[in-house]
Order: sequence, then structure tokens, then C-alpha cells
Amino acid sequence: MYSQDNTATKLTWHKACHVNDIPEDGGGCALINGKQIAIFNFSRRGEWFATDNQCPHRQQMAVSRGMIGSHEGEPKVACPFHKKTFSLQTGKCLNDDNYAINTFPVMVEENLIYIGIGK
Amino acid sequence: MYSITNTRIVVAGNGMVGYKFCEKLLSRKKNDQVFQITVFGEEPREAYDRVHLSEFFAGKSADDLSLASKEWYQENGIKLLLSDPVVDIDREQKCVRSHHGHVVYYDYLILATGSGAFVPSIPGVEKDGVFVYRTIEDLEMIRSHAARAKKGAVLGGGLLGLEAAKALLDLGLQEAHVVEFASRLMPRQIDEAGSRTLKNQLESLGLQIHLGKSTQEITGGDCLEGMQFTDGSLLVVDMLVISAGIRPRDELAKIAGLETHPRGGIIVNNQLQTSDPAIFAIGECALAHHMIYGLIAPGYEMAEVVATRIAGGEKEFLPYDMSTKLKLIGTDVASFGDPFIEEPACKTIRFENKAKGIYKRVNISEDGKTLLGGILVGDASQYNMLLQTFKNKTILPPDPEDLILGSRGGEEAGAGVMGFPDDALICSCEAVTKGMLCHEIGENGHHTVDALKKCCKAGTGCGGCVPMVKDIIAGVMKQKGVYVRNVVCEHFNYTRQELLDLVKMAGLKTYGTVLDEFGHGDGCEVCKPLVASVLASLWNESILQKDRAPIQDSNDRYLANIQKGGTYSVVPRIPGGEITPEKLIVIGQVAYKYGLYTKITGGQRIDMFGAHLGDLPSIWEELIEAGFESGHAYGKSLRTVKSCVGSTWCRFGVQDSVSFAIEVEDRYKGLRSPHKLKSAVSGCIRECAEAQSKDFGIIATEKGWNLYVCGNGGSKPQHAQLLATDVDKEMCIRLIDRFLMFYIKTADPLARTATWLNKMEGGMSYLRAVIVEDSLGIAADLERDIQQLIDVYQCEWKEVVRNPELRKRFTHFVNTPEKDPSVTFDTMREQKKAKEWV
Ligand code: SRM
Ligand SMILES: Cc1cc2nc3c(=O)[nH]c(=O)nc-3n(C[C@H](O)[C@H](O)[C@H](O)COP(=O)(O)OP(=O)(O)OC[C@H]3O[C@@H](n4cnc5c(N)ncnc54)[C@H](O)[C@@H]3O)c2cc1C
Ligand code: SF4
Ligand code: FES
Repeated sequence: MYSQDNTATKLTWHKACHVNDIPEDGGGCALINGKQIAIFNFSRRGEWFATDNQCPHRQQMAVSRGMIGSHEGEPKVACPFHKKTFSLQTGKCLNDDNYAINTFPVMVEENLIYIGIGK
Repeated sequence: MYSITNTRIVVAGNGMVGYKFCEKLLSRKKNDQVFQITVFGEEPREAYDRVHLSEFFAGKSADDLSLASKEWYQENGIKLLLSDPVVDIDREQKCVRSHHGHVVYYDYLILATGSGAFVPSIPGVEKDGVFVYRTIEDLEMIRSHAARAKKGAVLGGGLLGLEAAKALLDLGLQEAHVVEFASRLMPRQIDEAGSRTLKNQLESLGLQIHLGKSTQEITGGDCLEGMQFTDGSLLVVDMLVISAGIRPRDELAKIAGLETHPRGGIIVNNQLQTSDPAIFAIGECALAHHMIYGLIAPGYEMAEVVATRIAGGEKEFLPYDMSTKLKLIGTDVASFGDPFIEEPACKTIRFENKAKGIYKRVNISEDGKTLLGGILVGDASQYNMLLQTFKNKTILPPDPEDLILGSRGGEEAGAGVMGFPDDALICSCEAVTKGMLCHEIGENGHHTVDALKKCCKAGTGCGGCVPMVKDIIAGVMKQKGVYVRNVVCEHFNYTRQELLDLVKMAGLKTYGTVLDEFGHGDGCEVCKPLVASVLASLWNESILQKDRAPIQDSNDRYLANIQKGGTYSVVPRIPGGEITPEKLIVIGQVAYKYGLYTKITGGQRIDMFGAHLGDLPSIWEELIEAGFESGHAYGKSLRTVKSCVGSTWCRFGVQDSVSFAIEVEDRYKGLRSPHKLKSAVSGCIRECAEAQSKDFGIIATEKGWNLYVCGNGGSKPQHAQLLATDVDKEMCIRLIDRFLMFYIKTADPLARTATWLNKMEGGMSYLRAVIVEDSLGIAADLERDIQQLIDVYQCEWKEVVRNPELRKRFTHFVNTPEKDPSVTFDTMREQKKAKEWV
């Protein structure tokens, strides 16, 4: 199950960190309400993304340590363990139909990052 | 007139062939056809890859082996009933009844019930600890029993039995025995001489082989304790896997009154119809042309025949070739065509190399023109080529022994895969011919193995044909006059070598500038580490500075190897494997303080596992304080230079190998290359440091040193080859300098030196000309370039420990100093170990 549909569910915005905490074109992990969220600063595209930090393949908490990039224009992240790659837009696994992760909307205000999490 | 036919199809059995039938039927379906498909499966899960079942023990999950998901069946409108075998067929009413009581009517019924393990009626087979090897559930039971068992045996020395025996070894049993009734192993595939060679090879892997043994009784109480043989001997074991052949599952057919064979199997005609024309049988339950085809390729062909016919086409099942190649066992075995045919009906050429454990035999027609069959043990690299030569009745070269010995005159024997006719079957699992591949590559623009897998499924079965598919791609492209460039990925239209030259000329030092200048898009997990490696190989600047940290592979990015569970390992450099007691104590103290698992590695140093990301900088701070440096176990760079003790202590040593190993390791540490580099120095010809298995290895002689290059361990071990003899230390280093820099500049990404050499035109003689004789006139440049890299070397951990900005990046969370709370460990032999994958 994945969704980035922030209209259907009611969102609460949680402060995660400062923009400088996430390296350019890289990721970092924030602990929000006991949940691990991977945040990506895709500065080459000027975009921010957030997903589950847990990779569904072997339940490893490492998606934030993965490398980001794109496939035919679609932004993606590769889990460092076995290189399953996930779309940063939809959360769909691009090289294995059996997996998907959650994605979350990101808001940047006064150099602070907020993550929108549904109720 | 427009009409739609609605055909009801019931498939009994959701194994490999039953599934393949559904897939093929869907793809053969014409627009005006509607198939209403119901599949009954006795097993609890969707179809899975039984051929690769043993990989379950190598860490593959049931999911990994799965051939199709629940969603696939749903999306294609197939009704799938699992754990629900068909128990009865009413041929009058044309309906089946299942175990759970579902009654479904059919126009066609497909029996794909497969086979079960044949269990001979030896007294005691019912005891606990006796297993068969057929389903995921069988393997789960074997695995859990093996955890408590010490000695295991397999009854049956055929294809499957040997695979099972290797699995027992891999499961960690102390002893694994193979008990075979016949006087040789794999009696249906190989001859006495082949069996002898294979037996030696398997024994060197740790299997114990007993031939000509007939089992009288399985002894013990509830649980087995041993095997009693008719010759009076006894083998004590606490687990047994029976692999004595297969028994077609024809019981349902029998109940329905279909014609079956007294020795098992549902009898079918060339259209695969049973004695009831509305009922077909395919796969391992079907007896066609008087035999059961216990292999996947003929099973898939049967699925194809029935799918084609139901969709209104014409196709017959012809006698199928039973050539096989054994997988997984750690040594190659293959046989094809008629392996046993003897003179005078043919001419036989045999080749045996006892030292290397190789036996090859080819049987050639009397007129010397065609290949009739053969056996390969120990080295089956020519299998695909020979199989195609046999199947296509290709006319043999004048010296047919070249087929197995390789041609010794320089020219390749035969015309290679491009010389095959168009109907040569390349992928036998999916019945893809050379002609089809050439068409997909040449006309439809599918130029990669991945693209071909998608469009015609070639290489998706057992995968054995992938090397030939690659050759065909290269061949077709060459015919079209296209020079095939191994380009990096969608973001860079250059080969690694081209990119390296461009980046060097432009003097670029960051990923961003390289992408702007020579690439497009945003990059990806393929080109980022590749560019990272190129930048490091050119300038050797810190891999974490500027924009370079996030383009490193995860291990490089955190300067440590990520482990199961998300912790890291720490490997300090111990040059040449020499270490003082003081330093040993420090390693012990650090490991103790941070609760790390310690192990001596295969590379003569010590690995500490289970470090939290956030602890890495403090761990390294303490190690560096004691004089350690990074061991680069995480990088594509120099790993270890192993040494033997050499002339300082050893009574045979002729040179001081430890000192030289330390010197070599210190010289090349931190050097980044297309793949990792390993080396070793031995103090005399006895070669205790195993230098001939390394990327570059040095062996002391009375007069100096012999230098070997391009050796490899790993899954395809290859011995290093002699580059120079009796050179002094200084010359030896110069040759290594040139060799390494030439490799760094010209190798494909992730190609070890052995692979690089194997692909090099002109091979070793060319390499020797370039490195030793300087035929290209580049030796001085190579030496200068590598010296520059050596001069700027810095320990990257030292840099991180001292730089607060870099240090900050080593935390799990960006918003709290907490460690990852999901990390937990188990204990084993008084140390911690990573938790199993869930
Ligand atoms: C630790 C060690 C096993 C041990 O406990 O002894 C080891 C551990 C790993 N090896 Fe190894 N190899 C180790 C010695 C070897 C050896 C033996 C040797 O070097 O003498 C070989 C065969 C020799 C060779 O490389 O030619 C070896 C051949 C491989 C290969 C296959 C390489 C190939 O060319 O096919 C891989 C896979 C790869 O690199 O792509 C690999 C990969 C790995 C990785 C990096 C797998 C991974 O990506 O996580 C393992 C990292 C574990 C870790 O986190 O520390 N390891 N590995 C050994 C570390 C030696 C050291 O001190 O640095
Ligand atoms: C460990 C192992 C390794 C192998 N290695 C190789 C190899 O390297 N190369 C090769 O070519 N072949 C290999 N094989 C053989 C290959 O797996 C088989 O040829 C293939 O699986 C046969 O497919 P099938 O669909 O006919 O039978 P199966 O895959 O056995 O499927 C039959 C299915 O039907 C079910 N069934 C039975 N009766 C009923 C019923 N009444 N109603 C509903 N369902 C029923 C069974 O439970 C089973 O799930 C190997 C087999 C094993 C076990
Ligand atoms: S250490 Fe090497 S051989 Fe052992 S499991 Fe890891 S990669 Fe495989
Ligand atoms: S755990 Fe992420 S790919 Fe395997």
C-alpha cells in the first residue's frame, strides 16, 4: 500500500529537522512519533521527498542511506542492501513488483523540514 | 459475423508446468477467444521455481522463488484454489471435484500433477529424520532438523541426490554422505571414468561417497540412527534424504480410468492427449514417447504444445533432448546427446587431467563429421557450444579434439555461436531460437539481456544460456556494423574508459560537474559509484568531500561494510598480516568496549562486526590513536597483501616475504580501482601465501621474485599467470605499478583483473607486451600516474575522526542522537550475531 494522496486523508505536519541536516542529493532519517522516516534532499531537481525508512524486502532500516537518482525521469532511491529501487513519487518498487513503500509529503518553511503524516 | 467462444479450462496442479501452461495460453489467446481458467493446487502457495529450490538454503525466500503473485492470477482472470487438490474427475459430466468440495465443469482438463519423490520400500523409511526433497515444506523440515543433526546421508547419487548432498554440507552438517546403489555416480548421465573424476572432486568438497551399496534397513527407534547395508556394513547418521528417483503423480488419472503405465505415468499421444481426448497431461506426470521427462525444458515445451492447440494452432510434442548440466554442486558436470555410445559405432575422444579433476569425452560419428554426444566433468565451459553443435549437426572442424581441448593454434575452434543455424535452440527453457533472438536484437532493437528477457523470456528459466545470449547480441551488432559500447547507464552514453579519459582531460573533480558536462538527467545507483571510482582513481582526493559522499556506494559512504540488521563492520589494516601484541590488545579492548563480534578474516586480519553507525567515529578514533589505519574493506580498492612467514623464521624460505608484503601493502593502500584488489607474497615455491590466486602475487625465488597477475578466487576461481621471472624488488614494483594503472584505466566497471584479462584481445601475450616490453610506449606515464595517487594517500578514517563536519554524518537519526532502536542481536558461542532476516 502506498499513497501520496494528501487530500484524502487528514495530514498533520511534523517538524523533522533543519534543511542543512540532510546532505545535498542525499538522504537522512528522522524519528517522528516513534516512526522512522527517510528524507531526501534532491537538490539537483530542487525537490524534497520523504518515504518509509524501512525497506520491505528484508525489513532493513536503511532506505535513508540509499543512493538517489532517476529512471527515465522518475526520481528513485536504491536500498543499500540489495538495490531494490523505489520511486520517490509513488513508493512503487521499480525493479520488483512485489514491493512498495509509503511516501509522505514534505514542506519546507524557513529552512525547516516538515513531514505530513496522515491520521 | 462476430462470435466469441467461451472455453472452460481446468488445470490440476499449480507447479512449474501448470503455471507455464496458463502463461502460454494467455499469450496465445486470440481476441475472439475467452478462456475461463480454474487452477487447483495441492501445495499451499502459488507456483514457484522448483529447479532452483536448493537456493532456499542459500537465503532465498519462498517469495524469491515464486513464479507469479496472487495478483497475477487475479489480473488475468484465473481462479486459483490453493491447498485444494482435485480428488475426482467425472468424465461423463466433464467436471472435477476438489478436496474442499468445489465442483468445476470443463471443456478441457489439463493434468499437471507433476511427480513425487520415489521412496523405496526399505524397512524404516517412516522414521523421524528421513526426508524427501521436492517442496519448500520439505526443505523447511530439512533445515530445522539439520540444525540439530551432525551426520547426514542422501540415498541416491543422481542429479538431485548430489544437489541435496551439497545442500546438507552447506547446512553445516559435519558429515554428508551419498549412498548409491549403482557402481557409479549419476549413472544415467556419465560413464565410469567420469564418475571417478566426479567422485574425487566431490570428496575434495567434503562429501563422502559410497557406491555399489544396497540399503537393507534404516535402523533406530522413532528416529533414525543409521543405515544397514546388505554387505554387512553400517553407516551412522542422524538424518537421511531420499532421492532415489521420481514417481509420476498419476493417481488421479487412475481413479478416472485414464490409461496409465504400469511403472507410472499418464500415457499421452503426440498431442499430449490422454485416452480421453478432452483431457491432456503435461509435465512430469505425463508419459510421452515411452518416457517421463524429468526436466523442466521438455515440461515447458509440453505446456506450449497444449496451449497452442487449445488456442486453435497446430503443434506436436516431439522426442525431446535430455542433455543436462548439473548446477550448484561446486564442480561442473554435464552430459549431452548419447554419452555412452561406444566404438565401433562411433569414434570417442577422451581427455583426462587428474591433477585438475577434469574429464571430458566426446563421441563423434564414424565419418568424423558430426558430434553424437559427450560428457564433461570438472570443466563444462564448452557445454553450451557442444550442445548446439550436437543438436544442429554442425559439421565438425578437421581436428575435432579442439572441441574439448580448445584450439591450440590461436584460432577459435568452430565458428562460435554466430555460426549456428537460425533454428538452433539457445534458451531451451523458453524455446527461444537463435533466429528469434537475432530478430529481436536486429529488427526490434532489444540490445540488452534485460530487454530480451522482457520481450521473449530468453534466459529467464535456468539462466544457463545468458552467456550465449550476450555473444549473440555482440554478434548481431557487429554484423550490423555497430561497435557495441558497454555504456554506463541511461545518464552517460560513454564506456567507463571513455568517461575516465574525458574526466581526466577536463580535470573535473565533482559528480555534479561530470554529470553537467558529459551526462544528462539526475544520475542513478549505477553511474554515481562509477563516477566516484573514476574520480578516486584519477585524483585520489577524499571520497567524502565536495559532493562526493552521496555518490558513493553505501559501504564507501560510511567507510564500513553494512551488515544484516543495519550495523557495520570495522576492519583495520594489518599490513602483511603482521601485528604486535600491543595492537592485538587494542583491538580486543575496542571490541570489548563497543560489544563487537570478532573474527579472523580470510585475508589475515581481524573484523569486528555489529557496530552502530553512530559509534563508528569513536571506534576509529581509538584505533587510530593506537596506530591503525583504514583497511578499506568497504572499498573497491586494495584489500590485503597476504604473506607467509618467509625466510625470517621458515626453514625453507629464500626471501623475506613478510617485509615485502608490508612494503607492497603500504604502497598501494587506498588505491581505488574498478574492483577490489588482492595480493600476496610467498617466501618460496611452496606458496603458503596463495599468491597465485591473487590479482597480483609474488613468489620468492633463489634469484629474486616471480610476479603473477590476474588470479581470482570467488565463484569462478582462476590461477594467476606468470608475468615476469626472477626480477628484483625494484623491478617488481615497477611492473606492478604499470599493471595496476593499466587495469585502472582500461577495465570495465566491477571487472576483477581476471575478468579484464579474459576479455582482453591478445590475452596474456598482449598484456606482457604492454607491461614488460612497453609496446605502447605508455610505461612511463603509467608509472607517473600511479606515483601521483600514492603521494596523495591519506587514511580517510583519520580525516573523518578529525573533521567535525564529516563526523556529524555518522548518526542514524538527523533529529536525535539516539541509536537505531530496531537493531537487535542474538547470541551464539558467547558472542553476538545479527538477527536473521524476518
Ligand atoms: C570478511 C571476509 C570473510 C571472512 O570472514 O573471512 C569477507 C567478507 C565479504 N566478502 Fe569476501 N571476504 C573475505 C575474504 C575473501 C576472499 C579470501 C581472500 O581475500 O583471501 C575471497 C576470494 C579471493 C578473491 O577475492 O579473489 C573473497 C571473495 C569475495 C567476493 C568474490 C569476488 C570475485 O571476484 O568473484 C565477493 C563479492 C564481490 O566483491 O563482488 C566478496 C564480498 C564480500 C563482502 C564484502 C560481501 C558484502 O558485500 O557485504 C563481505 C563483507 C563482510 C563484511 O562486512 O566485513 N568476497 N572474499 C574476508 C575479508 C578479508 C579481509 O580481511 O579483507
Ligand atoms: C530439487 C530439485 C532440483 C531440480 N533441478 C532441476 C534442474 O536443474 N533442471 C531441470 O530441468 N529440472 C530440475 N528439476 C525438475 C523440475 O523441477 C521438474 O521437472 C518440474 O518442476 C516439473 O514440473 P511439473 O509442473 O510437471 O511438476 P511440479 O512442479 O511437481 O508441480 C506439480 C504440482 O501439482 C500438485 N498436484 C499433484 N496432484 C495434484 C492434484 N490432484 N490436484 C492439484 N494439484 C496437484 C503438486 O502438489 C505440485 O505442486 C528439479 C527438481 C527438484 C525437486
Ligand atoms: S563473507 Fe564472503 S563468502 Fe561469506 S557469506 Fe559473505 S560474501 Fe559470502
Ligand atoms: S533490504 Fe532493501 S533491498 Fe533488501
